[in-house]
Amino acid sequence: MYPYELTISQALEKLGKRELSSRELTLSCLERIAEIDGHINAFISVHPDHALAMADRADAAKGDKRGALCGIPVSVKDLLCTKGIATTCGSKILENFIPPYNATVVDRLEQEGAVILGKTSMDEFAMGSTSETCAFKVPENPWKKGYVAGGSSGGSAASVAACECLASLGSDTGGSIRQPASLCGIVGMKPTYGRVSRYGLVAYASSLDQVGPFSRDVRDCALMMNVVAGYDARDSTSVQKAKPDYTKSMITGMKGVKVGVPKEYFGAGLDPEVEAVIRNGATLLQEAGAEIVDVSLPHTDYCVAVYYLIAPAEASSNLARYDGVLYGYRDMTAESLIDMYKESRSAGFGAEVKRRILLGTYALSSGYYDAYYKKASQVRTIITNDFKKAFESCDVLISPVAPTPAWRFGEKGEDPLSMYLSDIFSISANLAGIPGISVPGGFSGDGLPIGIQLQGPHFKEEILFRVAHNLEKGVGISDKRPAL
Amino acid sequence: MKITREEVEHVANLARLNLSQEELAKMTEQLDNLLSYVAKLDELDTENIKPTTHAFSISNAFRDDTVLGSLSQQEALANSPKQNGECFIVPRII
Repeated sequence: MYPYELTISQALEKLGKRELSSRELTLSCLERIAEIDGHINAFISVHPDHALAMADRADAAKGDKRGALCGIPVSVKDLLCTKGIATTCGSKILENFIPPYNATVVDRLEQEGAVILGKTSMDEFAMGSTSETCAFKVPENPWKKGYVAGGSSGGSAASVAACECLASLGSDTGGSIRQPASLCGIVGMKPTYGRVSRYGLVAYASSLDQVGPFSRDVRDCALMMNVVAGYDARDSTSVQKAKPDYTKSMITGMKGVKVGVPKEYFGAGLDPEVEAVIRNGATLLQEAGAEIVDVSLPHTDYCVAVYYLIAPAEASSNLARYDGVLYGYRDMTAESLIDMYKESRSAGFGAEVKRRILLGTYALSSGYYDAYYKKASQVRTIITNDFKKAFESCDVLISPVAPTPAWRFGEKGEDPLSMYLSDIFSISANLAGIPGISVPGGFSGDGLPIGIQLQGPHFKEEILFRVAHNLEKGVGISDKRPAL
Repeated sequence: MKITREEVEHVANLARLNLSQEELAKMTEQLDNLLSYVAKLDELDTENIKPTTHAFSISNAFRDDTVLGSLSQQEALANSPKQNGECFIVPRII
């Protein structure tokens, strides 16, 4: 086994016993990146010198100075600020932006000794479901050439699935961690809103955004969550709740746990192979002792409409800061201030970003605010209540993440709406603020991964880890890697 | 028709975006489709439903009013396309 194939748990053991150094492990990942990233395109930027310096510091640390992720090479979505390292958000408008500070989650990774290899490719400003709108590199699914890695954290997912690093941090606003995790056959978690700090996460939709980990197995995901979760005074939406050791939640056996199957998620648009994987997952959990119950989320059909009003509205406000004044691209030929704003923004933003800014601005504008933004916010309450009601009769929900496995580059073509509709199963967790995790569940006949989604009540990531652990055991494919 | 070309132009101006004629035509069509789709929310009765803007509501997340560290002037100016060591320089406003 090559060092880059190790899980975090396996690597920590070898590093602890000094059978392997972080420098060796980091070099192994850097060589892997050099070998395959030319076509995987998971990385917008790689920083070998910086990474090796971090690896050497990790190797020099002794005893209790060795952090929880000491020496572990990871990647970070290019939406998270990394001090002194270019952070582009996949956009030309921030092509040369060098943040003067780290995001809190990056600080926490560094404090625990992780090694940051580079910044991963993503849909521009996190707006998309395939990472195809990245202005620099479009990541490819490591399981099949010509197929998307998902989005918007496609690069993060691809980097972990292709063993270019041992874990990654991404962000999830409508499914952008869980969907690429599903499409790339790895574990990905969106925490409860407020569980993980958003300080230093470039904002897309502030009431929906969350940072979360990608990993190759459930235990690694818990190790990453242990490091990044927890209150941060610099994020005013961060919640002051004690952070448990999530590895202790991985209890084998499902006795006493009720798993809800939401009937609205199993309708016409669902690929039969995906359905088979989810139903098999429910059966495995039942065999492990769970009680399977039918539940209803009656307003599922309205989620996409709610999201595609609220997210663009919040984005239109958040992206108003890109005006060429403080940072980012500026059209230097503009003669008036307003022209400078217009020319800089029009040249710097891609089409999808412009589309969402326009939609959001319209939904918030005078005369339309009540009909669109307010209405959507009210339906958001109804959707949140659906989940509250469902959790009265179950502890966790099992469902698909995406209606299909990965699709080809360019397949969703010209119509934005057909792309948006593919988010139907992941979007509602962000609207309700509840946590969700995608766990590898199987493969399609074509060899493409299919993930199983688990969703739980607010701040009940513990139950997700327990169920995910049992699912992973039952499915039994956590050792599978793409042939590259 | 949910949105006209003129309305898209107006919104583009509000959002400080310039659209070419081709972009304007395409955006009008796509936005019209999207707005027609989201109209399905009108099927739901939301009378007396409180809007949700914050999934897990907390309030007054304040800190003590004491001076803490901040970015240096140099750090704050470093990414600006035009600055003079003290301020961000922009085209004449008035």
